[in-house]
Amino acid sequence: MTTPLVALAGNPNTGKTSVFNRLTGATARVGNYSGVTVERESGRWQLPSGEVEVVDIPGAYSLTARSHEEQLAMRAIFGLDGPRPNLVVVVIDATQLVRNLYLVTQLLEAGHSVVVAANMMDAARAAGRAPNLARVHAALGVPVVALSARTGEGFDTLCAAVGRVLAEPELGRNPLHFDYPAALEADVAQLSPLLQAADANEARALALWALLSVAQDDELTHIDAAVRSEVAKLRKQAEAAGRDLDAEIIATRWRWLDGLALTPPTAAHAVTVTERIDRFVLHPWLGTTLFVLVMSLLFEALFSWSEPAIRGTEMLFDWLGQLVRGSLPPSVFTDLVVDGVIGGVGSVLVFLPQILLLFFLLGFLEDSGYMARVAFLVDRGMRSIGLHGRAFVPMLSGFACAVPAIMATRTLERRRDRLVTMLSLPLMSCSARLPVYTLVAAAMLPRDRLVLGLLPVQTAAMIFMYLFSTVCALTAAAVIGRTVLKGPRIPLLLEVPPYRLPRLPVVGRQMWLRARSFLSEAGRVILACTIVLWALLYFPRGPELAKSYAARIAAAPAEQAATLRAELASERLRSSYGARLGKGIEPLIAPLGFDWKTGVGLVGAFAAREVFISTLGVVYGIGQADQENGTLLRDKIRAERRPDGKPRYTPLVGISLMIFFALSAQCMSTLAVVRRESGSLRWPLFLFAYMTTLAWLASFTVYQVGQALGFG
Amino acid sequence: MKNLAQAPHGTPVRIAAVGGEHAYRRRLMELGFLPGVEVTVVGVAPLGDPLQLEIRGCRFSIRKAEAELIAVAAHSAPAMAEPAVLARSA
Repeated sequence: MTTPLVALAGNPNTGKTSVFNRLTGATARVGNYSGVTVERESGRWQLPSGEVEVVDIPGAYSLTARSHEEQLAMRAIFGLDGPRPNLVVVVIDATQLVRNLYLVTQLLEAGHSVVVAANMMDAARAAGRAPNLARVHAALGVPVVALSARTGEGFDTLCAAVGRVLAEPELGRNPLHFDYPAALEADVAQLSPLLQAADANEARALALWALLSVAQDDELTHIDAAVRSEVAKLRKQAEAAGRDLDAEIIATRWRWLDGLALTPPTAAHAVTVTERIDRFVLHPWLGTTLFVLVMSLLFEALFSWSEPAIRGTEMLFDWLGQLVRGSLPPSVFTDLVVDGVIGGVGSVLVFLPQILLLFFLLGFLEDSGYMARVAFLVDRGMRSIGLHGRAFVPMLSGFACAVPAIMATRTLERRRDRLVTMLSLPLMSCSARLPVYTLVAAAMLPRDRLVLGLLPVQTAAMIFMYLFSTVCALTAAAVIGRTVLKGPRIPLLLEVPPYRLPRLPVVGRQMWLRARSFLSEAGRVILACTIVLWALLYFPRGPELAKSYAARIAAAPAEQAATLRAELASERLRSSYGARLGKGIEPLIAPLGFDWKTGVGLVGAFAAREVFISTLGVVYGIGQADQENGTLLRDKIRAERRPDGKPRYTPLVGISLMIFFALSAQCMSTLAVVRRESGSLRWPLFLFAYMTTLAWLASFTVYQVGQALGFG
Repeated sequence: MKNLAQAPHGTPVRIAAVGGEHAYRRRLMELGFLPGVEVTVVGVAPLGDPLQLEIRGCRFSIRKAEAELIAVAAHSAPAMAEPAVLARSA
């Protein structure tokens, strides 16, 4: 006998995830719905009567859909993409009973076997709004269980009810027939023969679904052309007859629900805790102040608090590398293990602190209910660049690091919004660009000069870079949303849920799932790219060079030996494939003011932007020890001369280089994560192409115009 | 008073008709925004938009542009006569 399949459905914000966690515990697995990056969580649930498979259906207010993603819930429940669930457990919020029951009526109407789990009963009782579940049961005719995912109340009863209904599905069935207007019934009769269904109830339900969902501008999939044209015809007829098809269906269901009078009468309107908190949180200036504080804290956490963990990870892998190098004979293999593999694993793990921290904070904001307020507060501003208010936190996180920020776009419901956000936020000046700006500003911009008699040039340049990158990212979002990802404008409809204490298990689980998905998927790509990049800058490696230096190093005193070793490393890098690539692109980057050494640095910077500095250091033959203090590289860059004796790196070159770094997609980890989160190779390629083109054009303009005006 | 965007804050009004883009209007109705139902504008974002509404004990945010497409009547106006709707079990 196959394991029975139970679907867990419900509106958003009903605590469905908590219920799922409690039922499945450690057996939960995360997969994807085919073709989309919507997660499909499933797990095993142990009932007294045996084991069942539970699948978590994406949260939805209704089965009606306008996009493929919304359609997933309906398709999973009707078993159109896989096995049909034997039973649907609908988790409802007991504090908002009637609104949640709308979804239940749709499921009953279609003839599904249903068990209703009224979650948050503890909160409903505390608020004095506990519904009378016996009456709900009498009205719906299917089992209704009082539940509290927080306290664990009712799970035994739920197990028993599900066990009973699995054994005898009729107990959970009550195919409601609403008294729809006769004209609508005629439409349904016309449409239902075109639909493949198990029985008459299901055909009827699918016909009603199609009448509501199918439209000219929908983004649905798997809809038969015959169904499409029939729906269009019926809608047109209805319109001509002055009928409102949507209202006929929806209002009939609602009138039935309202007629049940299930909502407990509330005495005088009591001021709830949520209302009291919102008076402060949504207050024009108090609320804005709090918002700025919370966002600053989030930013500070990502930018600074993660620093020790990042440093620690780097140190650990440096130490590991040294350890391995010390215990293996010098060889290509040793270099591969130390610099390629260990260095590569380190470059993946180094993202973990920020990912964990961001998802912890994000989970906290989501679960407490504050995130909905953030979306409410910033909607006016975000709308002007065509983004949802929820895109604010990912965009802000982009200032710390694009990798966790791109992962955070999952908080957005629409795929289009997610794509626009993840394709524009890499323009935000991330923390890896900061050391590059610092070096370039220190080495190439004039010292002891003030801008407007106020700010040192180098400080002004930094401030400018941050403003510049913000403007670019916001503009990019607006442009991408209006061109490449142009889609129907969907008006805001945001549920503002009551405040709740964040549940640590829920927050922690999300954090863990995100981290695991990063390590197992994007991490692999990053590791592979690191090794390829290492090989590019390592090979070819003829033995002659090492031999010619070996004798000299052996003969030289300690200090000179170090210099010679650095020289050898520099010679080797200069003859590598990577350097050839850097030299090869020189004609391309010369109009931006860059030479081949910068080109090699740009190739190296692909591993991570700050690697630009160490690559440049090796090119200039600066030893490991001297790299630490950094001033040597700065002085070498300052001292570099053109054949005519003028400085090679003028302030104009510096500005051009900073702008190039601000705009270019010099980060394979970003591209790997976009590949993972967008589910296709198309979007990272697009990101790379548009950012590189933008960077080149901007640097070209700055350098050429600057030169024409006589600077540098 | 004609539409929800003009409704006074903190006072319940009654929905007279729901308009708007097809899919959006459908979603509103499915959430219970239907003629005869009471709705209250409880607040507005600091930048003047969007609005926050309370309907059937739940809170939602929608923008003014969409609120303008929801016709409302003062609370004291009599509710639309609604025939009782029955459902029968098959």
